[in-house]
Amino acid sequence: MTSPTKAEGSGPAVALDPELAATSEVDKPKTLEGRSPGQLMWQRFRRDRTGMICAGVVIFYFVIALCAPLMTALSGTNPYTLYGQDPTYVDTNPILDDFGLPLGYFGGVSGDHWFGVEPQYGRDLFAMLMYGMRTSLYMALGVTVLLMVTGVIIGLIGGYFGGRTDYWIGRVTDFFLAFPQQLFFIAFMPVVTAFFVDPQEETPTYFRAVAILIVLWLLGWMGMARLVRSTVLSLREREFVEAAKVSGASPWRIVRKEILPNVVSPILVQFTYQLPSTILTIAFLSFAGVGFVEPTPDWGRLFAAGARYAEQDPAFMFFPGLALVIFILCFNLLGDSVRDAFDPKSGR
Amino acid sequence: MSDNLTLPAQQGPTDASTETLLEVQGLTKHFPIYGGFPIKRKVGAVQAVDGVDLTVGVGESVGLVGESGCGKSTTGRLITRLLEPTAGKINYMGQDITHASRRQLAPVRSEIQMIFQDPYSSLNPRQTVGSIIKSPMEVNGIEPEGGQEKKVRELLELVGLNPEHYNRFPHEFSGGQRQRIGVARALALNPKLIVADEPVSALDVSIQAQVVNLLQKVQQELGIAFLFIAHDLAIVRHFSQRVAVMYLGKVVEVGDRDSIYNRPRHPYTHALLSAVPEVAVDDEAGDKERIRLYGDVPSPISPPSGCRFRTRCWKAQDKCASEEPPLLQLSGNRDGHLTACHFPEDPTTEARAEDVVLDPALKALEKDTADDTESKPAKD
Ligand SMILES: Nc1ncnc2c1ncn2[C@@H]1O[C@H](COP(=O)(O)OP(=O)(O)O)[C@@H](O)[C@H]1O
Ligand code: SF4
Ligand SMILES: [Mg+2]
Repeated sequence: MTSPTKAEGSGPAVALDPELAATSEVDKPKTLEGRSPGQLMWQRFRRDRTGMICAGVVIFYFVIALCAPLMTALSGTNPYTLYGQDPTYVDTNPILDDFGLPLGYFGGVSGDHWFGVEPQYGRDLFAMLMYGMRTSLYMALGVTVLLMVTGVIIGLIGGYFGGRTDYWIGRVTDFFLAFPQQLFFIAFMPVVTAFFVDPQEETPTYFRAVAILIVLWLLGWMGMARLVRSTVLSLREREFVEAAKVSGASPWRIVRKEILPNVVSPILVQFTYQLPSTILTIAFLSFAGVGFVEPTPDWGRLFAAGARYAEQDPAFMFFPGLALVIFILCFNLLGDSVRDAFDPKSGR
Repeated sequence: MSDNLTLPAQQGPTDASTETLLEVQGLTKHFPIYGGFPIKRKVGAVQAVDGVDLTVGVGESVGLVGESGCGKSTTGRLITRLLEPTAGKINYMGQDITHASRRQLAPVRSEIQMIFQDPYSSLNPRQTVGSIIKSPMEVNGIEPEGGQEKKVRELLELVGLNPEHYNRFPHEFSGGQRQRIGVARALALNPKLIVADEPVSALDVSIQAQVVNLLQKVQQELGIAFLFIAHDLAIVRHFSQRVAVMYLGKVVEVGDRDSIYNRPRHPYTHALLSAVPEVAVDDEAGDKERIRLYGDVPSPISPPSGCRFRTRCWKAQDKCASEEPPLLQLSGNRDGHLTACHFPEDPTTEARAEDVVLDPALKALEKDTADDTESKPAKD
């Protein structure tokens, strides 16, 4: 290359070097407030129509689930009453035939029972679905947040400190990953419950929720931990971390200010994939009979019941199934859109 | 610009090199290599830096030059204490900081800063330019007159950026502008020594000159000492008062600029110089010698015995393999011009009778062209 330094005589110029002219290229008439990567991401996301619609649907589900009591107030039903076995109710309003199957079309859809009723007991499916969604969605949210936080903390520690710490954390992660999850859920749930509650007594519902939380949490944090670890591992080598070290920043400050803001996007993307899968897992637990039990309304339990009634009353499965398919589909599409918005180069 | 940023020129580096700011002795860094199964143990070491001696005076600019992979960045990172030295001593203003912990280092931290090679990875993409430059002040609890934000704006102006870009994010800037932000960050703590690790090698050639000019002005006007790392001698030519040439973890030649550029003794320095494309600024250099080295730097895991350059040296003899040449002042050299070679070259860069071409492919190529030119008139 040519000799780069021919120091031109510098007067008492304010700037040491006149690249100011060159900087004006980014200096367009708009305001000088820069747009953060987060704002750019939001802009890209807003332009993604699928993403916006899916986000709307997902939010709608959460609102509906949160407002389950309000919804059932609208329909005038509740998920616990056995309408089919209530003599006074049946007198004015027969809903089940002699075999215990719903009267009317499509599982007994009517003005009182919008989604029909359950065979045998005559419980209102609409109310059960609303409350069931509430149980499942908020359980899943709780579990997901818990295991995300755990995974992020463990991944940050392993990734940032590396060496021996990372080695042992890695082995523990491998250990937990070695459990066959589905089998383990089924085998372990009763054990956890028995550990805290006398088998002679009825297990309180809140305790079942806690047990599910614990089991899913213990067996679910590893994916997140690995993802965060590998991200942090590559971030740690970046020169801006070294620059922070040179200025004397503490490890805590480096993790908080330099590293954490850069793992937010992978965390968010992972979150949008993790939540629907957790919902399915919780549904699976209830389906397998180790999650929530009668009479707690739960999405998974509706499928278990639906499977039982499938031959006589296939319509029973329709509404819970449709609701779940739409929800999971939208959530996964949302996950894709979030990922695309964060990383436009990954494009489809 | 505030007073604390511009020091009077007479405090500049011209008369300052007498007082030592940084002294490095026998600095060594071996990266262990682990292997074996099932129990991992140390099976070797990358001898990235092996006994480097170096001094930097107050306000002095020193160039550190060598091919890629010869341990320059590692040396810089050892000096800024990003890496823990395996052996050796680092003395900063009479204070031994070789193994100082983060807390012990706190008082001198702000005085030794670094400018990094890659402008794309050296700025956190999630922080505004303002907070990037401000963060060293926050860490060290420095509250400049008029507030940190004012100081940041002054620094932006000093490095030739628009102070209004305070709230911009790094992705909105070009490579050269990013490197300027890196310079501003390094200046935020009013350092006494800046280690610049190939600060321009990632930039376009047209931008390189601008950034080097900026660094030079910073160095001269603020009286900051520089350790300027580069992989060729061209870039440090006008910048450095002294130059150290490194090869495979060792300093092979060090001296003032004039000695290194006009009276080099070590064959490797000759080779590096001949790779500088026509720096015919001073007319005295007539025809330049031509040296083409063959191959790459050998692996630092098992460096050659004796002189490490012997595998590529055209003057190598048996002694070079058995005895390591010490870094000495050769007769005829000026004070402070030290060379590590048993059979040094003549102190000149004039063209020699025959070019040294050690690359067999290149040799064949040149022979062909020579044959062509010879055979053509014969045919006519
Ligand atoms: N963290 C590390 N672990 C192992 N080897 C390393 C590490 N950093 C650098 N090295 C090795 O040390 C040698 C010198 O590297 P470096 O100082 O980056 O050279 P330069 O900056 O002169 O190109 C190289 O062979 C490189 O592979
Ligand atoms: S000591 Fe020998 S091998 Fe090394 S540079 Fe000098 S002549 Fe070449
Ligand atoms: Mg390097």
